[in-house]
Amino acid sequence: MIRILTAILILIGVQVRAETLRLAVTTSFHNSGLSDVLLPAIQRDTGIEVQLLVVGTGQAIRLGEAGDVDAVLVHSRKAEEAFVEGGFGTHRREIMYNDFVFVGPSLDPADIANAGDAVTALKRIAQTKAPFVSRGDDSGTHKKELSLWAAAELAPEQSGRWYNAVGAGMGASLNTASGLEAYIMADRASWLNFGNKQDLELLFSGDPALFNQYAFIPVNSARHAHVKSDAVMRLETWLTSPVARELINGYKIAGEPLFTFNATP
Amino acid sequence: MNEIWAGIQAAFRLIVTLDPDLVQITLRSLQVSLSALVIASAIALPLGTWLAIRRFRFRRLTIATLNALMGLPPVVVGLIVYLLLSRSGPFGVLGLLFTPTAMIIAQVIIITPLIASITHQAMRELWAEYHDLLISLNTTKRQRIWTLIRDGRRTLLTAALAGFGRAIGEVGAIMIVGGNIDNATRVLTTAIALETGKGDFTLALGLGFVLIALALLVNFAIHALSRTEREGRW
Repeated sequence: MIRILTAILILIGVQVRAETLRLAVTTSFHNSGLSDVLLPAIQRDTGIEVQLLVVGTGQAIRLGEAGDVDAVLVHSRKAEEAFVEGGFGTHRREIMYNDFVFVGPSLDPADIANAGDAVTALKRIAQTKAPFVSRGDDSGTHKKELSLWAAAELAPEQSGRWYNAVGAGMGASLNTASGLEAYIMADRASWLNFGNKQDLELLFSGDPALFNQYAFIPVNSARHAHVKSDAVMRLETWLTSPVARELINGYKIAGEPLFTFNATP
Repeated sequence: MNEIWAGIQAAFRLIVTLDPDLVQITLRSLQVSLSALVIASAIALPLGTWLAIRRFRFRRLTIATLNALMGLPPVVVGLIVYLLLSRSGPFGVLGLLFTPTAMIIAQVIIITPLIASITHQAMRELWAEYHDLLISLNTTKRQRIWTLIRDGRRTLLTAALAGFGRAIGEVGAIMIVGGNIDNATRVLTTAIALETGKGDFTLALGLGFVLIALALLVNFAIHALSRTEREGRW
């Protein structure tokens, strides 16, 4: 009996030791490696252990709606605004942005490297029917890609076998693209951190239409009483603080800065 | 081919240096799958044996269902357990989602039919052999089940190990209900999926070899402890 009680006490002790908070983030944020820099700093400064659930934006929003996480950090403005309007989140706070890039085979059969803007690049890919890999998983990246196709007035899902919607995360889709020697739209961070590039190269980037804004949304505690709003608030304060700005702006892969901090204090 | 070799080297390096992350996720893999195995065995071994000796109206249907459930898709189990344990689901108040407990629950559901089905198969044959003896000794139902389980323990061990094999290598369900949270619910299989996603095939393969080694080790350990497959006795 004493042994059982001790075991229970140890278990409880373990649970109260660190204040934990669940944050749903997108795969692109996690694959960038920035979280490995931010999380230890957050724990050091605020004492909060942030547990990351790495999912697509679609699933992140679902987790927030169900109250299974305390906050979300995602990058799909329309979905975010609907989330807040639906009363699931309290407010939307912009934190930072990075950008999307077009990656493809080094021979570049569609010649997108010389396309003036993102829409032209997509039109050229569609014209040459060069293989293209789409995330196809309702993630922020996928939604961005679809909005660009819409801007190009094309409906690639119907236009044939060159368009492959793989329904997977950024890394898995990049793996598919490097296997098929296909074009793909990826966020810059995931691309730079990706280890299986093979014949793929970064071909096009820099169009302002490709900017990718990340926003932090606390889950509404009026709807889900168990949400740790106090810890969430401290996390938000930290994420918008000068310390976070240093770390985010200073994060580089292969000498290239990835994120630009743009939270307003 | 080079990548496979690099993977073996990575596995070796991880094990030799006792990489703290590796030790942690390996222990968690073991904790989750062994707990699931113990719970599932406690349900499935008596259930399978009971099905072998008991005649009742829907017996055939029950057994057919059990056999079909052996192929239960883990992703579906994961999704259902997720919806049940979600804060918006019926058991949401327990706050179990994204904890090792949730992963154990999902794995119990996945491996119980497998263990019960193999148990039933083995016990049916053993029961045919023991039937007359146990009936003539006027044993109670409980005694019969217990005798069969004790005398059929080697086959039952196989059933349990098959269940463990399925649990330790499973990724679809625990990814959904565990969430692959670093330092909380990351296990070997979900870590492999993550590293593959990052395109780091070497580390993914390294972890894969660690997983295979772990499965072998557990099998050897259980055989050694239960003294089966030894010289002179089988």
